[in-house]
Amino acid sequence: MNRRVATNVLFYLILIAFSIVFLLPIYLMMLTGFKPFNEVDLKTMWSLPTNGLHIENFIAGYQQLAPNLKNSLMMVIPEAILSSLLGSLNGYLLSKWKFRGSNLLFTLILFGMFIPYQSILIPLVMFMQYIQLYGDLPGLVLVHIIYGIPITTLIFRNYYAGISTEILEAGRIDGASLMGLYRYIMLPLSAPSFAVVIIWQFTQAWNEFLFAVILTNQSHWPVTVALNNLAGSQLVQWNVLMAATLLAALPTLLVYIFLGRFFLRGLMAGALKG
Amino acid sequence: MFRSFRFRPTQLILAIVLMLVGSASLYYFSGRDVKVGTTDLTSLGLLIGGLVFYGGILVIVSMFENETVLSIALLLPSIVAVAIFVYGFIGWSIRVSLSQWQGLRPDYTWAGLSQYYNLFNNDPRFLIDVRNTAVFTVGFIVGCLVIGLGLAILLDQKLKGESLFRGIFLFPMSISFIASGVVWAWLMNPATGDRLTGINMIFHLLHLDFLINLWYTNPQPWGMAFTVIPAVWQLSGFTMALYLGGIRSISDDLREAARVDGATEFEIYRYIILPMLQPVTLSAVIILGHMSLKIFDLIVALGKQDIRLDVPGIYMWDTTFKANNYAQGAAIGVLMLVSVAILVVPYLVQNMRTETEI
Repeated sequence: MNRRVATNVLFYLILIAFSIVFLLPIYLMMLTGFKPFNEVDLKTMWSLPTNGLHIENFIAGYQQLAPNLKNSLMMVIPEAILSSLLGSLNGYLLSKWKFRGSNLLFTLILFGMFIPYQSILIPLVMFMQYIQLYGDLPGLVLVHIIYGIPITTLIFRNYYAGISTEILEAGRIDGASLMGLYRYIMLPLSAPSFAVVIIWQFTQAWNEFLFAVILTNQSHWPVTVALNNLAGSQLVQWNVLMAATLLAALPTLLVYIFLGRFFLRGLMAGALKG
Repeated sequence: MFRSFRFRPTQLILAIVLMLVGSASLYYFSGRDVKVGTTDLTSLGLLIGGLVFYGGILVIVSMFENETVLSIALLLPSIVAVAIFVYGFIGWSIRVSLSQWQGLRPDYTWAGLSQYYNLFNNDPRFLIDVRNTAVFTVGFIVGCLVIGLGLAILLDQKLKGESLFRGIFLFPMSISFIASGVVWAWLMNPATGDRLTGINMIFHLLHLDFLINLWYTNPQPWGMAFTVIPAVWQLSGFTMALYLGGIRSISDDLREAARVDGATEFEIYRYIILPMLQPVTLSAVIILGHMSLKIFDLIVALGKQDIRLDVPGIYMWDTTFKANNYAQGAAIGVLMLVSVAILVVPYLVQNMRTETEI
């Protein structure tokens, strides 16, 4: 039994060592953020604040990013809702109403989730300019919804594939139509996968950089673009930058902390089967 | 083709209303520029009007009781969107890459494969990018798989606090590559001597001075290898979750049977669990591999345009939108696509084949 205890202690030590490394960046952001301006010095990067906690770095960081945080929020919310609805419909049709070639169709759609967006960027910019959605948030929302179709369809399709067809057949005998079955049987059962897809699309769109930097102009920059710009600027102190980075990461971090369990479950189902 | 047609007056009225509203808004929006503030809503209005009109058509289609047709009709907007935005645009990009388009004005004069030829034969920057991507991809995949599998096996030991550890290892996944790059650029600060800071400072405080190093400013290709650290930080937890899911789906009976036969815990992992995890490893390699082949934002935030850390994604961005060399940008984009397709297409085809039987 002693050997068992010894190995367990060893396992804990390894896990704790990894945990420290994993938490280091967050620790640095919080530590720096809570120091007053006059205590911030690269040489004392790791020392604890000596005069209590201050939030002036966070206020300064927020002042830098406030309009961009708002832009991100205004983009992400309609994007997450609309693309989950679209994905749900697609997933239902491609899992429960298979027709000849529907698997090929699904595979062709799925390929869209792997492409490097550099390979469609030039036509995309020209197209968005042509339809006059270039530079502003609605265009970015549209682009995120369209390039989100593969992953949202995949997650919903995998989820619906696990729901037995017998329920649908029972509903059919009662005279329900294709959309009736969706509305009254599938949709009420879909809450878990809606949670997954909304969280996933929210995180993806919030964190996305390439489309954001190419398709929006400065007054509509989402937070990732503004943060990258802030990091490259010589005028911003690194302590403010650390606080701003934490603020930019906070929404997805909170979503993850409170809703991460659903997210993970669905993601693993999607990733492993897909 | 249509087995039956059930006429429902209420649905017909609904269809007519939808089509009227749809055409009215199409007419309204096509005539003028509609703006709210600085936001141009003309095309969105047209899009929504078109979708409403299409909704009317769908209602009529649903009266013909043929589910296959209705199902395809319902999928059609997504199919059209993917067909244009994925396949149409890829085709368009390929066409641009075969042109000699330089400068702001489109120029589709045929130039054959010269862009590709020049990238591989006369372009040192692109060759650096290829090497950097190879270093990054190998380091990233190996790092995530090894750490991910190790952590999954540790967490499989039914230790107390498992969910806490799982949370700690997973949370970096929720952070953007940009935010991660910004923080790690400070942690991996290469300054030495008096200006020592970041992780190097921790090494110094722990009296591990021999570990102090130049991080990603090391001579290439080793410098590039250090850019893998933030990426592994973000995705090894995800890999762990994949493996843990795989390990948990292996039935306990199997392990119990092996124990009865006298296998040690190590042997159980070596001969039973690891071989059964191969499909998980394949999924993980596909997911991580396609991410690393198109890595872009992390390097932008971390490397701050340092040419030594250049990758194709950044080169494409620079040459297209800063130097207006559209033909070359398109060629780089297409080559990135080819590299991802080589990895992903066999996997997708395999998946499709196995599913058709179900």
